[in-house]
Amino acid sequence: MDTSIKVLIVDDFATMRRILKNILKQIGFKNLLEADDGTTALEVLERESVDLIISDWNMPKMTGLELLKSVRASDKFKRTPFLMVTAEAQKQNVIEAVQAGVSNYVVKPFTAEAISEKLEKILK
Amino acid sequence: MDVKLINPFINATSNVLETMAFVEVKAGDPYLKKDNVARGDVTGIIGLTGVANGTISVTFQEECILNIVSSMFGEKMEELNNEIADAVGELTNMISGQARKELEELGKVFKAAIPSVVTGKNHSISHYTDGPRIAIPFFVGEGSFTIEVCFER
Repeated sequence: MDTSIKVLIVDDFATMRRILKNILKQIGFKNLLEADDGTTALEVLERESVDLIISDWNMPKMTGLELLKSVRASDKFKRTPFLMVTAEAQKQNVIEAVQAGVSNYVVKPFTAEAISEKLEKILK
Repeated sequence: MDVKLINPFINATSNVLETMAFVEVKAGDPYLKKDNVARGDVTGIIGLTGVANGTISVTFQEECILNIVSSMFGEKMEELNNEIADAVGELTNMISGQARKELEELGKVFKAAIPSVVTGKNHSISHYTDGPRIAIPFFVGEGSFTIEVCFER
């Protein structure tokens, strides 16, 4: 797994961004960007070349699902790996995310191992 | 209130705290709570809609939540501040999500709002519906916290 890539973490809770950053740093990722909702994430994506997006679902202004759809509609990011990390664990949520082109899905609460395993799969 | 609605919240609370904060929690006996006074210093509250409308809240005593968030971050937290409030909001969100997943398996589908957080000694908790408030105490080491589940009659 290439840990030199640039990762964008999107979550409205600073707590979750911090936990994910800690896990990613432990894995070896150093190039980490943050956004606190989908709208801010799109602004970051306009000015940065991001290689992996890790996003929450339930956020104000723009949800993670809406962000995923915007990203998949963009020429620049339509193939960028997109990991949804969310408390939304109901079947319909997973189906909607898959239909919108999510690369993989992690349900909160999660372990560091679960994040690492999913990243191995989508970045190989 | 259907008692089948309660167990998923107890299971979810244990699962979230044990997975994210690496602490062992023990649930006490549920009881009917008759006042609005929070049993602690910081509360996360979230509205649920679906087969029934209601709210759940999670109230932590100061020392208990400082220990929990310290464990989550791997860093000692010394005071109730915005970081702690944010963590309580996210814990409430995760408990809601896990409980809704288990409830879905029972054929009961709920949607959740974005949680709110209230802090302060003796703050009050207003549930959005007038149904019975079931409180469940949890014990973590020497600290404790309480979840409340309230669904419309």
